[in-house]
This record gives sequence, C-alpha cells and structure tokens, in this order.
Amino acid sequence: MSTVRFPPVLRAAVGGAREISIPGATVADVLDALYAAHPEVQAQLVAQNGELHRFVNIYVNDEDVRLQGWLATPLAESDTLLILPAMAGGTSSSR
Amino acid sequence: MAQTYQDLLAAARTEVPELDVAELAKRLSGDVATVVVDVREQSEWDEGHVPGALHVPRGFLESRIAGVATPDQPVVLMCAGGNRSLLAARNLREMGYAHVESLAGGFTRWKQAGHEVVVPQTLTAQQRSRYSRHTLIPEVGEEGQLKLLGAKVLLIGAGGLGSPAAYYLAAAGVGTIGLVDDDVVDASNLQRQIIHTTDRVGMLKAESAKIAIEALNPDVRVNVHATRINRDNVLEILSGYDLIVDGADNFPTRYLLADASLMTRTPLVHASILRFEGHASVFLPYDGPCYRCVFPEPPPPDLAPSCGEAGVLGVLCGVMGNIQANEAIKVILGIGETLSGRLLVYDALGMTFTELKVRRDPDCPGCGPGAHLEFRDYDAWCAGVGRHLEAVQA
Repeated sequence: MSTVRFPPVLRAAVGGAREISIPGATVADVLDALYAAHPEVQAQLVAQNGELHRFVNIYVNDEDVRLQGWLATPLAESDTLLILPAMAGGTSSSR
Repeated sequence: MAQTYQDLLAAARTEVPELDVAELAKRLSGDVATVVVDVREQSEWDEGHVPGALHVPRGFLESRIAGVATPDQPVVLMCAGGNRSLLAARNLREMGYAHVESLAGGFTRWKQAGHEVVVPQTLTAQQRSRYSRHTLIPEVGEEGQLKLLGAKVLLIGAGGLGSPAAYYLAAAGVGTIGLVDDDVVDASNLQRQIIHTTDRVGMLKAESAKIAIEALNPDVRVNVHATRINRDNVLEILSGYDLIVDGADNFPTRYLLADASLMTRTPLVHASILRFEGHASVFLPYDGPCYRCVFPEPPPPDLAPSCGEAGVLGVLCGVMGNIQANEAIKVILGIGETLSGRLLVYDALGMTFTELKVRRDPDCPGCGPGAHLEFRDYDAWCAGVGRHLEAVQA
C-alpha cells in the first residue's frame, strides 16, 4: 500500500484529502486506481494523448520517476508517491 | 629594585634580537619561513599592516600564540615603533619560542621605507557592534560580514516572500538590496507582508519596504525598481546584482527569471507558496539543476491558482521567505550546503519538511546542452499558447 500525497491544487478533486493509501505494484497501477476512484484527477493530470502532462512531477519517496522507470517504477510497501506541479505563489497577487 | 620603562627596554634588548625592515622585506620575499605577528591594537592594524602578517593584539599574545606559531618556528614580532614587540618577545622567549625577534622601528619605519602595506577592508566600530553576533560565528567572521556588506541582492516582489527575505537580508547587512515591485500596499497584504505598515497603505511597495529597511539598517543601500520585470528590462536590472531572490507571484515572471538567471549566470534562490504549502530551492546556473530541470513547463492557469485566488497562511510566507534569506546568505558566503539539487517542500499543517532530489536534466530546455536560450512571450506561453506546437517540433 503506497501513500499518495496531493498538492493543494488537487485536493478538491479527491474530496479534500491530503493523502490517500492506494495499493499497486507500480506507479502506473497506483495512478490507474486513483483515476478510477477520482476521475477528476485524471482530467487534470493526463493529456488528451494519454500521457501525463509535462508540468506534473511525480516522486517516489524523494526521487523523480522521470529519472527512474517513469510510470513503470516499482513501488514497495509504505512508499510515498508525491504528485507535485509547480506553484507560482509568492508576492501580492495583484494580477 | 624598581625598574623604569627605559630599563625594561634596555634589558629586553640584551635578550631579544632585533631585525630591521630591510631584512624583514628580504625574508618575506624569499623562501625563509617566518611568522610575522603584529601585536598592535585593532584600530592600528585596521589602518594598514605588513602583507602576510598575522594580527594578535599584545594583550592576547601569550594566550593565542600557540594558535599561530610553534616554539621551533622563527617568529618576528612587530608593533608601531618596536618597543611593545620588544617587551612582548621576552615573554615568548620565556615560553620557549627560541627564534623570536622584534622588528626595529616597527610598522612606522616599514611604511616610511616605502615597503608594501595592506590596508584591510574593515568594519567600522558601529558595524562591529551591530554585526557582532555574526562575526562571532567562525563561518562568518569579519571577512564574511564584509562579503555580505559587499553583496548585491535583487528581490523580485516586496510581498509575502520578499517582506521577510528583505527584512532579514537587510538586518544581516547585505549592502545593496534591489526591490522589483510595481504594486502598492493594500490592507489585505498586511496579514503577511510584514515589511509594510497600516499607515503606508496606498504607497508603492518597493518605497514602503525601502522606508522599513533604512529604518532598520542604514548600511543598506536600497534600489527601488517600481516596474514589472519583463524581457525588455530584465538584463539591465540584473546587471547590477549578483543574486536573485525570486518571490514572484506568477509563472511568466518565474520562467523569465529562470532564463535570465542562466543567461547572466546569476544564482537564483527560489520559493513559492500556496495555502499551507511552500517550495524552496537554489538554482546555481550550470552548476546544479535549474528551475526548468524541475518544472520544464508551467501548469495551465486552472491548476496554478495564485494566493489571491486560493489564499495563503501569513506565517508560511515568513517561514519560506526566511529560508530564502538563509540560502541567499549561504550562497554569498560560500558556506554550508545550499538547497541546490534539492527541492524542499514544507507542509505547515502537517509540520513536515520533505526533501526531494532534483538533478540536472540532460535534455533540459533551459540549461541542457541542446537548449536554445532566448526570451519568449512568457504570458502567452504560460497561458498555453504555442506549447502544443513546440512539443510537436521537439
């Protein structure tokens, strides 16, 4: 069972949860299970061609899956999968 | 029997060999290993000293000599005129320093003879007092404090992140702080933008921050850039600075700064915030990952709400802005382990700090070997215009 942590911008799509435990042997397994339970997440993370958007970073524990096996990266018990898009916030937001 | 000062000097001269300034100059230019110890007071040392000399004030000589020379080493003691060093040398001889000599005529004669003099850049008495808690730290010291005073840091935004970052950098004695912000102080800013005050609502933020900084530390020169940074002005503004603290509130500015940081090889200290979450990292151009190694593309606007839309905990700004100040100081001083190569994710609700490894992306569109670095229309690009086409071309 991996723990999936959500950034603030995705929490509404998973009913406000900050993290959810999801079983799966690979990153792809866990994401598929996540999409099945919360289709809105898929709409936000996955492009029309079925690939993850380039602005989505996924880390298993502290490593970027882009530098590992991408979606085939295996997951062990109690791994943490972190979904991390860039955040812009800083100063006054007068725009 | 009581002895006068003259008696003491005469007695010391029978025990301590003296050398003249020409001989010292000859030794220093040759390969004879000689430790030159200047025993004058701090204020005398600050006005100039012999190149390579070490400074140990007379009052601390016996307690500190072991840290600068061993008893078997040749040691030359010097002072202003040659008397204090002569008397001091007697004590060192008693401590077993057999090869100690005194410089006849001292620094005065050295200078008169036209030999090289080093005038150290030093802190003033007021600065020594103001920064004493810094200079006590071995990793900072007076040398480090002088580096801070000579540093020029550009802060993008005098808002949530810029307020604490600017305040602490100013307190730390960063000598030049540039503030880029074209916005005015609004009452809704004061929940987190602590450099501003209620009576300055309506004033330009950069001007308001300047007032606060100058009241805190008159050593700091504040440059107000009351403009929105863009591709037409970024290089000119950056040319006056050696480090960027990015506290921007929008992706077009962040990607602009990422590119400009690489073009000018200016280190970029990054932080971003939303609600209870903060990110921070340090991007050292071509010496570590850049912003685009981590985030090659911005999210679409609906996945990138601003703090104005989604809110932000005021205290979070303080935590993240101060992490930026901390990292900026380390980069300036060249000490410690910066966040280069790491992305720090702070969750204020869970009170957790998570460190993610970030590496240089060999295919990075910003700093990769095949990258074609040029400014673009960041507003359009961040809105998604033309990005599909770019992906097809790539």
